[in-house]
Amino acid sequence: MTTFTGKGVYGAVAIGKISVFKKRDAEVKRVRIDDIEREKQRLEHAKAASMEQLSEIYEKALKEVGETNAAIFEIHQMMLDDDDYNESIITMIESQKVNAEYAVAKTADNFAEMFSSMDDAYMKARAADIRDISNRIISNLSGERSEETAVNEKVIICASDLAPSETVSLDKEKVLAFVTAHGSSNSHTAILARNMNIPAVIGTGDDFLAAIKDGDAAIVDGFTGEVFIDPDEETRARLLKKQADDEKQKRLLQELKGKENITLDGTKVHIFANIGSVDHIGEVLLNDAGGIGLFRSEFLYLESSDYPTEEQQFEAYKKVLETMAGKKVIIRTLDIGADKKVDYFNLKREENPALGYRAIRICLTRPEIFKTQLRALYRASFYGNLGIMFPMITSVSELEKILAICAEVRAELKAESVEYSEDTELGIMIETPAAALISDQLAQMVDFFSVGTNDLTQYTLACDRQNPDIEPFIDTHHEAILTLIRMSAENAHKHGAWIGICGELAADTSLTETFLRMGIDELSVAPTFVLKVREAVRNTDLSKS
Amino acid sequence: MVSKKVKVVNEQGMHMRPAGELAKVVKAHPDCEVTLNANGKTVKAKAPMQIMSACIKCGNEVEIVCSGTDEQAVLDEIAAMFENGFGE
Repeated sequence: MTTFTGKGVYGAVAIGKISVFKKRDAEVKRVRIDDIEREKQRLEHAKAASMEQLSEIYEKALKEVGETNAAIFEIHQMMLDDDDYNESIITMIESQKVNAEYAVAKTADNFAEMFSSMDDAYMKARAADIRDISNRIISNLSGERSEETAVNEKVIICASDLAPSETVSLDKEKVLAFVTAHGSSNSHTAILARNMNIPAVIGTGDDFLAAIKDGDAAIVDGFTGEVFIDPDEETRARLLKKQADDEKQKRLLQELKGKENITLDGTKVHIFANIGSVDHIGEVLLNDAGGIGLFRSEFLYLESSDYPTEEQQFEAYKKVLETMAGKKVIIRTLDIGADKKVDYFNLKREENPALGYRAIRICLTRPEIFKTQLRALYRASFYGNLGIMFPMITSVSELEKILAICAEVRAELKAESVEYSEDTELGIMIETPAAALISDQLAQMVDFFSVGTNDLTQYTLACDRQNPDIEPFIDTHHEAILTLIRMSAENAHKHGAWIGICGELAADTSLTETFLRMGIDELSVAPTFVLKVREAVRNTDLSKS
Repeated sequence: MVSKKVKVVNEQGMHMRPAGELAKVVKAHPDCEVTLNANGKTVKAKAPMQIMSACIKCGNEVEIVCSGTDEQAVLDEIAAMFENGFGE
């Protein structure tokens, strides 16, 4: 197996055979001609044929990639009709008595050169367009039309580079993917590939074409920009799964985007997304999540070499809230410790870190760190719909301390006349059996609960989730866990709080109905699971028992 | 001969499409010669590639010079195209 990497321009996976796209021989011979009029006539015929082809390509592009992207071929027609361009060709034929092919090729060189030397990326890129139309005239002059390669099965088209007209001329039904050794991801070809929904990888490098031949088995991963030639079984299996997952996701997106999260009998539930970095907000929106149910703030600490300042945190939180434009954003305060270590915290090595000095325990013993984060959060609350969530709660007294610190921070901000939102909701993670068992008391103190099923499972079943040997003993559907969740839901509702689930179990669609029957108000899952869960919700009927 | 200075307002400057639109209008008036002065260059406006060769960008000032039949009307028409950002 050989692997090449370029830039993926459309995320999808293609598996199939390679077809190497052969360019027509671009070399044009200079021939002395005697009949200038005849040569000019040949040119006129070739130009008329080119014009006709371009308008056909334009019509095809219009249907396949839309008006904006098809416009390039209208522009090609304008170029073909350009006075300067045509004058240059005619003058060359007349004054140098050369064949039309040569005059066109030479003129193309001159114009391409002019564009290439311009100090503007857009203008530079026009050099390729000039060559594209000129090659078309030349092939019409010589009576060859090599670009419509006969392709009988769906193939992965590999080329040194593809001109926009070549890209669109290929029969979409027979192209699995494009791979080009050269070219940029901003080229028209890349843009066209993206709009044709065909996986494409651009710029795999100089060695690429030498390493492939027609009929080679290959896999193109448009997500990562990888191209596997003669893939091994493991790679094939992995990419087959990726392809199936992607296709399912895209189908769901088509069908379920914009639809409500509502059961057949009319029960509604929120489906939010879990993310751990500002960079992933795009995925939240793309997958149509109703909000962010768990924003892990650790990334701010993990990516930093020292304690992040209030200002740094404020900017990050503000950005998330503004981007989510009024949708709910629940940010969980610092959850360092256990499996997440940060050097500058100088945490001691522990025998049993999952049961150790972590999360809220650090915050309550080092309140200066906690207060910096809370100040940043409250200041950011002004810019959106914020909920603040505290992890690893086990007792009422912890929560009392936390709420007192929150009140202190609000009082400080008020004294400083700094704006914050009074509607900021406060909630806790239910991830210890203790919290679930005293949820009756805790629910009276907060606006919401969010069940962290990963830790809740580990602590309830006494199973270390880092230890692969005990995996057979981890039953995530264990009745004890479900009972704790049910108990928390009942207590939350009794005291007017809402309850969500943000652990991995929230995405387990075999439990969706169970959770909905418990009255769970929100399910927060990885962005790519949002629509899968929506589908499950929409297929659930709670009126049947 | 009449002339007018205008500012390029469309974001991408005089790229292929506006250059093509402009050339189309100029060619419709074969008895009126239209030139553009911009960036220290003078280009004929009847050929889109020549217009593009002046590399006129958004915010640049362009002097339109018309000479011939209906020169004022042609100038007004072209100036309006610039001001509308070529409909972009």
